[in-house]
Amino acid sequence: MTYRIVGETGEWEVVIGLEVHAQVVSNSKLFSGASTEFGGAPNTHVSLVDAAMPGMLPVVNEKCIEQAVRTGLGLKAKINNYSVFARKNYFYADLPQSYQISQFDKPIVGAGVVILDMPDGTTREIGIERLHLEQDAGKSMHDQDPKRTFVDLNRSGVALMEIVSDPDMRSPEEAGIYVRKIRSIVRYLETCDGNMEQGSMRADVNVSVRKVGSTELNTRCEIKNVNSVRFVMQAIEAEAQRQVELVESGGEVEQQTRQFDPSKGETKAMRSKEFAHDYRYFPDPDLLPIEFSEEYVEAIKATLPELPDEKKQRYMSEYGLSAYDAGVLVVDRETGHYYEAVLGKNRDPKLAANWVISNLFGALKAESKSIEESPVSAEQLGQLLDLIADDTISGKIAKDVFEKMIASGDDPAVIVEKEGLKQITDTGAIEAAVDDVIANSPEQVAQFQGGNEKIAGWFVGQIMKATQGKANPGMVNKMLKEKLG
Amino acid sequence: MSLDRETVRRIAYLARIKVEDERLDQIAGELDGILGFVEQLSEVDTDGVEAMTSVTELTMPLRADVINDGDCRDKVLANATDPFDGFYTVPKVVE
Amino acid sequence: MSKTLTNLTIAEARDGLAAKEFSAVELTEAHNDAVVAARDLNAFVSETPGLALDAAKASDVRRASGDVLGSMDGVPIAMKDLFCTEGVQSTAGSHMLEGFVPAYESTVSKNLKDAGSVMLGKANMDEFAMGSSTENSYYGNTINPWKASSGPDAGSDLVPGGSSGGSASAVATRLCLGATGTDTGGSIRQPASFSGIVGLKPTYGRCSRWGIVAFASSLDQAGPMTRTVRDSAIMLGSMAGHDPKDSTSAPVETPNFESAMGLGVKGLRIGIPKEYTAEGMPQEISDLWQLGADWLREAGAEIVDVSLPHTKYALPTYYIVAPAEASSNLARYDGVRYGLRVEGDSLDDMYMNTRAAGFGEEVQRRILIGTYVLSAGYYDAYYVKAQQVRTRIAGDFKSVFEDVDVLLAPTAPSPAFAMNAQLDPVSMYLNDIFTVPASLAGLPGISVPAGLSEHGLPLGLQLIAKPFDELTLLRAAETIEQSAGFELPVFSGGEG
Ligand SMILES: [Mg+2]
Ligand SMILES: [Zn+2]
Repeated sequence: MTYRIVGETGEWEVVIGLEVHAQVVSNSKLFSGASTEFGGAPNTHVSLVDAAMPGMLPVVNEKCIEQAVRTGLGLKAKINNYSVFARKNYFYADLPQSYQISQFDKPIVGAGVVILDMPDGTTREIGIERLHLEQDAGKSMHDQDPKRTFVDLNRSGVALMEIVSDPDMRSPEEAGIYVRKIRSIVRYLETCDGNMEQGSMRADVNVSVRKVGSTELNTRCEIKNVNSVRFVMQAIEAEAQRQVELVESGGEVEQQTRQFDPSKGETKAMRSKEFAHDYRYFPDPDLLPIEFSEEYVEAIKATLPELPDEKKQRYMSEYGLSAYDAGVLVVDRETGHYYEAVLGKNRDPKLAANWVISNLFGALKAESKSIEESPVSAEQLGQLLDLIADDTISGKIAKDVFEKMIASGDDPAVIVEKEGLKQITDTGAIEAAVDDVIANSPEQVAQFQGGNEKIAGWFVGQIMKATQGKANPGMVNKMLKEKLG
Repeated sequence: MSLDRETVRRIAYLARIKVEDERLDQIAGELDGILGFVEQLSEVDTDGVEAMTSVTELTMPLRADVINDGDCRDKVLANATDPFDGFYTVPKVVE
Repeated sequence: MSKTLTNLTIAEARDGLAAKEFSAVELTEAHNDAVVAARDLNAFVSETPGLALDAAKASDVRRASGDVLGSMDGVPIAMKDLFCTEGVQSTAGSHMLEGFVPAYESTVSKNLKDAGSVMLGKANMDEFAMGSSTENSYYGNTINPWKASSGPDAGSDLVPGGSSGGSASAVATRLCLGATGTDTGGSIRQPASFSGIVGLKPTYGRCSRWGIVAFASSLDQAGPMTRTVRDSAIMLGSMAGHDPKDSTSAPVETPNFESAMGLGVKGLRIGIPKEYTAEGMPQEISDLWQLGADWLREAGAEIVDVSLPHTKYALPTYYIVAPAEASSNLARYDGVRYGLRVEGDSLDDMYMNTRAAGFGEEVQRRILIGTYVLSAGYYDAYYVKAQQVRTRIAGDFKSVFEDVDVLLAPTAPSPAFAMNAQLDPVSMYLNDIFTVPASLAGLPGISVPAGLSEHGLPLGLQLIAKPFDELTLLRAAETIEQSAGFELPVFSGGEG
């Protein structure tokens, strides 16, 4: 799907690069022993180091290094065995050191790649430029007091991974899928919880536009701190539109930091050039270079779980699923787990996939529940598939049973038993029902015998109705054919 | 090399030090003196020389991922100018 | 007692305390009195006589029950005001930190406390350790107890050197038995030379920087300032040690530094770096240097001429690297979490007003230079270039130390000068011309008083050793000390 902005002077293409900030899963902060726990009374998860008291020094958390390497491996990226922490200097209320310890020209992870699964079953490769570790800032609250801004340093010093993409995306949709894919990968790896509402993941979105056919990279604007996939997509749309209109009306795009206002659906400038930052990066002299061996990287590699791309390939080759179905099932680790649990040892993979994708997802969506909160366990859904496979119930009845499982959380066998939904496979009982319908429908019998074979379906419907849907459909068909000749 | 007033003003803003206009020339002169002095480094051939990032030959020590600090708000706020309700405060920032 | 209590060395005090010739309380009271009597020198920003007496009493209690903590137990010392001390105002000599009372104790001061030493107060210093004369303190100048006996400065107040000038003056005047200093480009060694005492800058990483107000992180190092080499060895032993809270603290054993005493220099190879000479340096300093080499040779060392070709570039390198780091390290003084705040209409106004009022001229100058050399477009030409030259300077030392054990050089290019001599910034920086190279290379260095200038002022000789080889450094230092036979006068103002 090619995304185009139709302007007055022709068609435009949008060029998008993303910087995703993902909070590292760790107990304590990047350079101090204070807790990373979300929430908490203001300034309680703060050590003297986080508050930048005079003479305080950073000591790096080994877990954060490991998580960054792990994420780099998940992004199929180059792991740099030698990297350097640098200071990014600027003054702000929520930045107590007046510098952020980050990484500049020597990041811990270099180039990698992320594969996007597009809705039409195709894939797109998006380049990763780098991943680096850095400190989060504190939180400023501007609306608590008429004269003052309040500052809480609980977040100050929490480890972030900044994952920088190449400017490879060409539509809001791709950017949305990219953010979801990054989220999926870090959640598989358990290096970030991906919780965008709590700010564990947020994106800086770089947008520029160019005429279709041009390969130039034009001046871009950076939209800061966008905190949902939907807003990422909306912000790109609004910003691209703004730039096209600006250029077409004779203006020039200025390199700017902008902010997305979801209520107005527009971006606005935060600082213009005259206040542009000069961050004066230099290696942090309180720290030494991060160095590790190839064995260290290999040891982490050995603990990586199967990641979504590989899992998708396996579902396609091993289970014969379509690219689309496989892509949907691997989107997060829990769904894959659930699906494989439904599959058990030898249930039908395609049938299981259908049930998870159409029935379970539909029901969860209706109840706004995540798969971990599903009222129907994978074990129970597996049992339902067994009841279909051994002809205890028909596929149609199974849908009713499933609805009741969602509502009650009961095992399918219990529901089938209680509601008397067991399929009728007793030849005598089916024969009686068939005979009864034939006897009461001379007109239809005549039509059938007159060559209208379509009417056979009507007979099946009548028989199923008479048996409250419990008659085994195969047996009904077979018997009808015999009786009607 | 000679620093102009605008450069001094820009640097002073980056460093968030208020410099009255009448001091700009004097400061420019002093900074010029220092920059003139350090200029002699250009004589040194540093082609292919690694820039020092640390004077020690140690490798970076790593800390175990345990919570053993924080929960000391009284200490954290003890010297603050205008704390309120557990927060630090600054003049209102208009965003 | 054969000696008044303030005239003792640390080693003598230790022995006297052990022999119960006097108590820690008596020793402390004598020094508390001396501090008060010498107030016109302005060696202290804060005096803590009450805390000192409490510590002394505790020391006496320990001694009575046989739990002596070591050589420093009960020894009165001064603490440079750059060290954060829990519950005691810690100013770094700056208006910015006036009234700042840390809720924590720096590792070095804690180590000294845990060793039983008695802190008499916080010693004056150049603001944020930036200076070579202790004329940059918000809390006034510290005066050197020495006076020139002749020459243009005769009778004038002299500077004690800096930045650890309060510590130097206090030790020289016998207000304490030892003091902590910190040395970034010479701030222990140069004031030691100006004040006629011993000042030891250990290897970078030997003493923890945790809790010391940072000036230039890659250079800052704490060390002892004492009246004898042995005392420096004793005191360093209580200051040093690996600290997991400082990533640049070296995980090395702390040897018994005092064990180097009496070993002499027989068999050591001592290098004389020919580049340690400066334009306009008085002949008497060159002569003293030559004399020092002779003493070491007579004591059995082999004297070797060596070359450190990048020496002249050390000072310009330092004046890029140190201000660059300082501009970032001092950015945290923003009026929010501690220290001075001067209100303003906006956050930026508040920052700018606070930092204009809180920092003195020299500090502002260095912040501006540091900001400039790191700024876009200049970073490579200044900062990266300087760090490359620094690699070269360190390389020079590395190669000469393949051949020699210790280097001998002057500490400073002049004796103490008159207060308010109104030197321009660059001339002032030249004071550190001989101390900065070892700082850039992270090497241990010591200044030992070796003689007097023609006008009767003390002159130090500097020794530099390999990383973590303070033992060898101390051996050579003791030899210089013994050969020089330098006598520190008893200045009025002290108890004696
Ligand atoms: Mg960004
Ligand atoms: Zn970032």
